Amino acid sequence: MSALLSARGLRLAFGGVRAADGIDLDVMEREFLAIIGPNGAGKTTFINMTTGHLRPQAGSITYRGVELLGRKPRDIVRMGVARSFQLPQLFTEHTVLENATLAIAAREGGWASLRPLLRPAWREEAAELLGRFGLASALHRRADALNEGTRKLADIAMAVALRPRLLLMDEPTSGVAAADKMAVVETLARVLRDEGVTAVFVEHDMDVVARIADRVAVWGQGKIAALGPPRQILSDPIVLRDVIGIPVGEAADAVP
Amino acid sequence: MTGWFSENGLLLGLALLDGLASAAAIFMVAVGLNLVFGVLRILNVAHGSLYAIGGYGAASLAAAMAAMGLPGWLSLPALVVAAALAGVLLGPLIERLLLRRVEGQEPVLQLLVTFALFMILEDVQKLLWGVQPVSNDAAMRLLGTVDVPFGQDVIPYTAYQLFVLPGVAVATLLGLAWFTRRTLAGRIIVAVTEDREAAASQGIDSSKVMMLTFTAGAALAALGGALASPVSAMVPGVGASTIVLSFAVVATAGLGQVEGAALAALLIGLGRSIAVYFEPELEVVVPYLIMVAVLLVRPQGLFGVPETRRI
Amino acid sequence: MSARNEFLLGLLGAALLVLLALSAPWLRFVLTVALAKGLAVLGILLLLRAGQVSFGHALFVALAAYAAAFLAPLLPEVALLLPAAALVAALGGLVAGLFVMRYRDIFFGMLNLALSMVFYSLLEKLYGLTHGTDGIRLPLPRVLGLTLEGAAYEWVLFALALSFAFGFAALVRLWLAAPLGQALSGIKTREARLEFMGVPARRVLLAAYILSALMAGCGGALVALTSRHVTPALAYWTASGELVFIAILGGAGSVLGAFLGAVVYELTRVYAAATIADAWQLILGTVLLLVILFAPGGLVGMLRGLLHRRPTPAKAGERPA
Repeated sequence: MSALLSARGLRLAFGGVRAADGIDLDVMEREFLAIIGPNGAGKTTFINMTTGHLRPQAGSITYRGVELLGRKPRDIVRMGVARSFQLPQLFTEHTVLENATLAIAAREGGWASLRPLLRPAWREEAAELLGRFGLASALHRRADALNEGTRKLADIAMAVALRPRLLLMDEPTSGVAAADKMAVVETLARVLRDEGVTAVFVEHDMDVVARIADRVAVWGQGKIAALGPPRQILSDPIVLRDVIGIPVGEAADAVP
Repeated sequence: MTGWFSENGLLLGLALLDGLASAAAIFMVAVGLNLVFGVLRILNVAHGSLYAIGGYGAASLAAAMAAMGLPGWLSLPALVVAAALAGVLLGPLIERLLLRRVEGQEPVLQLLVTFALFMILEDVQKLLWGVQPVSNDAAMRLLGTVDVPFGQDVIPYTAYQLFVLPGVAVATLLGLAWFTRRTLAGRIIVAVTEDREAAASQGIDSSKVMMLTFTAGAALAALGGALASPVSAMVPGVGASTIVLSFAVVATAGLGQVEGAALAALLIGLGRSIAVYFEPELEVVVPYLIMVAVLLVRPQGLFGVPETRRI
Repeated sequence: MSARNEFLLGLLGAALLVLLALSAPWLRFVLTVALAKGLAVLGILLLLRAGQVSFGHALFVALAAYAAAFLAPLLPEVALLLPAAALVAALGGLVAGLFVMRYRDIFFGMLNLALSMVFYSLLEKLYGLTHGTDGIRLPLPRVLGLTLEGAAYEWVLFALALSFAFGFAALVRLWLAAPLGQALSGIKTREARLEFMGVPARRVLLAAYILSALMAGCGGALVALTSRHVTPALAYWTASGELVFIAILGGAGSVLGAFLGAVVYELTRVYAAATIADAWQLILGTVLLLVILFAPGGLVGMLRGLLHRRPTPAKAGERPA
């Protein structure tokens, strides 16, 4: 396996807070990489830097050997790197189906045409994709009338509709009801594996991480504090203390 | 160069003095616009009309007082009284009856509502004061003129424009700085400006703050008009040109920048008065040329902070 | 409203206008101007879809009208004059658009107002070029080589206005249903997402802005050719305010609203404005407030309510059901 995305020496400080202080990270083709760490550590910053929303003060991020820094978000998307958002970013006056169809239209680049957005081929593709996310019953509901969990899924579905090679997800399961969480995660993982998508996701729920991540990176004080398979990282008492806030003595019992 | 100066020095001197005086009046309006935007997140398109109403009101009051034979020195405080009246009467009315109804709605609706108000107030002026220019220069005559040395020339200039207008503007600037930094009410306004929800969670009655701020903003605009009225006559359309001019100041400085607005007002006031003396056709265009030039280089204005959208 | 229903309603409306124009010759002029304004209002509707309101769109009406006035002596042929003038407005839209595209909401509205005020004052002050407030009179142009006088000329312009109204209404309807138009509403609700999907949001808005300038330009050229006299008042803020007023009055949700609003507005204005000239803006402002607060669907919304006997949830700027 080769690295799809390589970050080297990323540095970014907001005021006095060092969100990234020399980050080196490789994302391998087709892996699911979870990024965990305390709140405000800079995990989302990594997604923002990779997708062109924030520019680090130093460093480089290459995707398939091409530098991403300095490019606009829309150019990076077109290269195959999509993202979803912690707070779902849906077009609130559109239905779920229209949201996904807009993403398909964006992918196909059919902007100058005056043919309808809801043309049969796009419509069917959107409905099929949303169906796989379990959103079949919500197709015709306006995005501002959905509950948080549904919004979240629709948000991710829009990113998947762009057919990215690399998908960055910011807390994909926050807002999803605890009872539904594992089902949602399984669905998500299946869809992404089917599509052959490489995924990086920021996550706070260690059960989710344990269930789908191939590797886990621990982000602490602007550095990658630890990196490895979930079994190893999630049983490391130091990680558990710093990231999850469990005292070292109890750590061993906490791991499933 | 010396040749040009000896021929045009007097004009330049007058242009600078006029520019200073008009900058003072524009600043008062712009600062009110900023204040209201900061707290209510609404840019009041009718803000220029409050300037006009302040000006018309002050001129009428001064004329009425002269007709009653009241002593001339009263014409100065009368300007302030007229402005305060306009602000206190119209401010709460507009805020409660109109702006409150579209609070939290789409920005485009809020804009349309204040635009409708602007249309209404422009005609209210015509109905109340007619279409002929209205002015009363009692306050300006009262203070006489002073000789301002400028190069080899001496320019006799009205003390009113030289001292009162810039004086009130500077006092407003300093007063606002003191108010927002040193008083509880001021800090509350800053808190609401920065984060309305957080302020509400601290138990601040943002509804009251909004009404008071809007009233204060309205009074500042009216004061700008009242102070300008002895110098320049109020005519139909003055509200429209004032809102665009004060918007130009606010945009040039950067939305929400008070000290910056003072500097932008000076820049635009001077630019405009220099145009008046040297290229009168361009008088109306110069302020916008300045604004557009600044915005092309710095979209967030001279002192504005670029906004990163939170996602 | 379905495309077919809207088309049928449009035909019905057009037939009504023709009957009106036949029944009272002086109405031909009024209705031509109303349709011309309706064209400019279509542009306002398009921008409202993106949540943006321009308080200075009369700029493009006046730009085309003056272009027609300047070109008329050189190019005295309606078939050339009209497209040339509209093209000038579209070019103006491109230049102004490249600047205002960087701004949204308040800044968008006010920068448009500022640009129109600059243009107005230039028209007024550059007397040598524009004859100031006296304005410029246009010579009678030929129509496809024919010299038409009086009623025949008026009928030609009326027919032109009506066909432009149909053509552009159809175009705007297609535009709004296409990704270009749907992304416009995306600008209103979640512009950042568009960029993260690979869509250049500013270009989407710029395209709509240029189309709006082109339509306002067609309207302006028609006004200039009909009245054969252009003055700076065409660019004054009240003229821009009128366009916004008509858009909201007609109902921002439908292309029909633009023309329904414009016809109702012009007919009312012809009867009422002379008697209450000093209070005209006051009345417009009051009606605008009432529509925004109590009948956000505008005339089309009310009509729809009557037809369907159910409340319409449409709000200003919302898309058609």
